Amino acid sequence: MAQYQNLFTSVQPVGPVHHGVDLPRGDDKRTGEPFLVHLFGRIGNAQVGPVYLGTLGVASLLCGIAAFNIIGFNMLASVDWNPIQLIRQLFWLALEPPPPAYGLGIPPLAQGGWWLMTGFMLTASIMLWWARTYRRARQLGMGTHVAWAFAAAIWLYLVCGFFRPIMMGSWSEAVPFGIFPHLDWVSAISLRYGNLFYNPFHALSIVFLYGSVLLFAMHGATILAVGRYGGEREIEQIVDRGTASERAALFWRWTMGFNATMESIHRWAWWFAVLCPLVGGIGILLTGTVVDNWYLWAVKHHVVPAYPLASPVVLDPAILGVKP
Amino acid sequence: MSMLSFERKYRVRGGTLFGGDLFDFWVGPFYVGFFGITTLFFVLSGTMMILWGAAMGPTWNIWQINIAPPDISYGLRFAPMMEGGLWQLITVCAIGSFVSWALREVEICRKLGMGLHVPVAFGMAILAYVSLQVVRPVLMGAWGHAFPYGIFSHLDWVSNTAYQYLHFHYNPWHMIAASLFFATVLALSMHGGLVLSATNPGQGEVVKSPEHEDTFFRDLIGYSVGTLGIHRLGLFLALAGVWFGIVCIVVSGPFWTGAWPEWWSWWLNMPIWRT
Repeated sequence: MAQYQNLFTSVQPVGPVHHGVDLPRGDDKRTGEPFLVHLFGRIGNAQVGPVYLGTLGVASLLCGIAAFNIIGFNMLASVDWNPIQLIRQLFWLALEPPPPAYGLGIPPLAQGGWWLMTGFMLTASIMLWWARTYRRARQLGMGTHVAWAFAAAIWLYLVCGFFRPIMMGSWSEAVPFGIFPHLDWVSAISLRYGNLFYNPFHALSIVFLYGSVLLFAMHGATILAVGRYGGEREIEQIVDRGTASERAALFWRWTMGFNATMESIHRWAWWFAVLCPLVGGIGILLTGTVVDNWYLWAVKHHVVPAYPLASPVVLDPAILGVKP
Repeated sequence: MSMLSFERKYRVRGGTLFGGDLFDFWVGPFYVGFFGITTLFFVLSGTMMILWGAAMGPTWNIWQINIAPPDISYGLRFAPMMEGGLWQLITVCAIGSFVSWALREVEICRKLGMGLHVPVAFGMAILAYVSLQVVRPVLMGAWGHAFPYGIFSHLDWVSNTAYQYLHFHYNPWHMIAASLFFATVLALSMHGGLVLSATNPGQGEVVKSPEHEDTFFRDLIGYSVGTLGIHRLGLFLALAGVWFGIVCIVVSGPFWTGAWPEWWSWWLNMPIWRT
């Protein structure tokens, strides 16, 4: 049993660091001299750096730092500029969106104006980072699959903080910045709209979330298990199938009657990971805009039985035209 | 024969854990083995009992079929068939088939000269199932604390169980598990995307090398974990996520009965803040 199981790199050969494949003319120089970190080398590459900053990267970082600082200083202001209390209450603190009364208007800074500005800065930062992801791939002559997967996550982010609030007519619908406050938002939207578990797009999104975890466990474990045949050399195995791919494929074929190939497993992976935020975003966008109560929706479509009410019927104030 | 072009030379005898050569054969693409027989037995028994339970229940609506565990009043005893006994037997069959499946995977690994990473990883999923359906109910003293078998009924169980602790998102282990799950999806999208982008570079470009893969992520974020490291990282993130999921539900009830938001008061009340 005391065999090498490929979980850690036990012997680390140290060679010259790699400065990266050549960049095309017109690109900046890379920043930082690469260095080795022994502990990183225990599981993956020991080399850290260099990094390509570039205009898009610097602009993205500046916007991101601006957003981070606005959030931080607003939290600090909310504890009366007491740094100890900032640490003590950090998980509870929030930069909240404007109250409902402001609708989609521009509120005063302390009434959600800072939130709006943070949202703008963070979105700019994320969009610039997306452009950077796309451009770095193109400059190396690679496909843009990573950028498009990133776009799926941006879709969910924009649905929660931008598209849905606009469709609902109020910035107050958006997610606050803060650890516990954003969790409160998740709970509140679920309770307000009749339990998100009855939202079929939420269900699908969870399927792809758990499915992605399952796939990565299966794929990671399979590649490590055929490591002694060079299984981690995936590109090589894709263009010229070797015994590692053959054993990996046969393992699953004999186990469940079906197998992916060394290339197609990465397509399965990409789609599962992308569909998780993609369908999740659809589910959130429909919540409150098209469907007011997912439980009643599910009863109507015979997905769940109509449970007997434990308490007297309470009319939803929103139906009676009461504004929050 | 449903064999792949290269498959015949891999179909060798041996590697079995139990039964010698007796069950060492294939049916179509499937390897059988002793544990294939036990898998089949448990899967068929369990599925039949689910169908039986559905037949005795009020509906054939696939979304609404529900086979519930015994009432809390039965404690940890056997319940009559239609009052949770069926659920108890189905749970036995489920565990039996999961463990058989894992052992069959071990036999296939041995046959193919592979490491045992896949069955070990699957073991974490089995542990999660056993923790939810056996460990936690036993610690709480009643099978009724386990989740029911049904598509939407098990979602109701999740909802109800979570709200018993007021707000489950404040459960710190749930926070870690959810973060690890999201991190796994992020890592999976980046890994899948990277390999596809290297092997599908677009019109007129040649297929790229791992040097390009490493360069792309170093250019982007300053670090590339590498072709071997990403599979270790992915497996770790996935298994750690499930592990913290197990911890978050097993502590809820047996070790913490209050509201999860209140759990955090230890942090707010630490003596170091009194200055």
